[in-house]
Amino acid sequence: MSNYIMPNLQKKKIEACLKEGKRLDGRKSDEYREISVEEGISLNSASAVRVKFGKTEVLAGVHLALATPYPDSPDEGTFMTGVELHPMASQQFDIGRPGINAIEMARVIDRGIRESGFIDFKGLCIKEGEKIWQVFVDIVAINDDGNLLDVAGLAAVIALGKARMPIYNEAEDKVEDGFSEEGIPLKKDVLSFSMTFHKVGNVIVADVDKEEEEISKFRLTIAIGDNNGEPRITAMQKGKAGTINAVDMENILELAESKWTELFTKVKEYTFE
Amino acid sequence: MAENIYTKRYSERAMDEVRPMIAKVGVVPSADGSAIFETGKTKAIAVVRGPRTLHPQHMQNAQTGILRVNYGMMPFSVEDRIRPGPNRRSEEISKVTEWALSSVVDLSGFPNTVVDVFIQIPQADAGTRVAGINAAAMALAHAGIPMKEMVSAIGVGKIDKSLVVDLDKYEDSLFHDGEGSTDIPVVVTSRTKEIALLQLDGKISIPEFKETIEMAKKSCEKILEVQMNALKEVGKNE
Repeated sequence: MSNYIMPNLQKKKIEACLKEGKRLDGRKSDEYREISVEEGISLNSASAVRVKFGKTEVLAGVHLALATPYPDSPDEGTFMTGVELHPMASQQFDIGRPGINAIEMARVIDRGIRESGFIDFKGLCIKEGEKIWQVFVDIVAINDDGNLLDVAGLAAVIALGKARMPIYNEAEDKVEDGFSEEGIPLKKDVLSFSMTFHKVGNVIVADVDKEEEEISKFRLTIAIGDNNGEPRITAMQKGKAGTINAVDMENILELAESKWTELFTKVKEYTFE
Repeated sequence: MAENIYTKRYSERAMDEVRPMIAKVGVVPSADGSAIFETGKTKAIAVVRGPRTLHPQHMQNAQTGILRVNYGMMPFSVEDRIRPGPNRRSEEISKVTEWALSSVVDLSGFPNTVVDVFIQIPQADAGTRVAGINAAAMALAHAGIPMKEMVSAIGVGKIDKSLVVDLDKYEDSLFHDGEGSTDIPVVVTSRTKEIALLQLDGKISIPEFKETIEMAKKSCEKILEVQMNALKEVGKNE
């Protein structure tokens, strides 16, 4: 991620504006871009969705496959998250095996979803010790205008929420064509999603665009789920080489809580309606 | 509300008690800097090589040297053999460790170079990334790499309803009852007390999270003392 050219003048301008509580695109420091969600991107998968925050765009799809369970959890399905930072999305991405940025993004999203308990792993068991469903979420970046992590994370959650079960033919032990009407087993009430905050200049900023992301000192991603109306942290990850002081930490936690309260109802609608 | 079931630690330690630590500097003679750091049964070796010219050339930075971290677990470090070579977990840990250590080293005096940090885990009982960072920070200091301050690292978390420091494997991966286990690796800088690494997985409320960060800062004071004492021993027996 090093060949992005950012003139010093532009950096100074972004930081000076933020000092006065403004951003170059007119947003407030804690304001998200417009979120849009579209379903039915691929009729051949259990679900596939398009999610955009402004101009940042990803596609995410869910696939289920039959597998044998792990010996230490014989009655549970499994879950895997993949992220592809495809060169169509940015001049900074390359063809080939996932690099560290894609790996980190996939692991952070995976942890947020897994630890929240959103997926009912026991519900994915077909026959204990023998047959389970394996759930894959694959996310492909289409256009990077900053904050891919949150866009990809939300797309993953929505794709899971929209996914339909394949049809399993027990007699012949195979998966039939098409999908059932029923969704995959989820614990809807613990739905969790992640928000990433960057420190740009001296300001904590939500939903960064590409330029803000490029000049930020550090980022902190927080996945928050619902615990009977109270926000509960399910995953965190600090990125970049900057350090977080006590004041920043306090500000970020406060911001995360208020943003979560603001966005949670919307995220639930996107995921389940 | 259910009663807290984890009122006493499996290892009989106090909730805020770090496992016994061993730190030693200068363990790999051919390296520019090296150290071991152990907490309980978790052992980490760190080796520093550099500054040396960075190849391939197009990766060089004419403004500053760069830090490159490689973390890995030895095949025999856990019960199931680990296949040698990088995997998704080790690549991510290498990167977050690199970020944490980069925040305190100053390589502006060594343009176009790289400082390599190799972290290897011979025996694991949870907390391997933080043990690795404690060893790496000592190895960097031992190699004479300019550092703005030291860093110390600790895993904190929550087991059912109890907040704890320095989780071992039982607490980190085998405890699933009640509210389960939350694991939070933290790196704290020695002077400014800022956070250079922060990860979390589990389930924890915001007030509880704040409390665990304070516990991490307190534990890091003790770890720093162990690191500094080990660094003072360098050369005494040579």
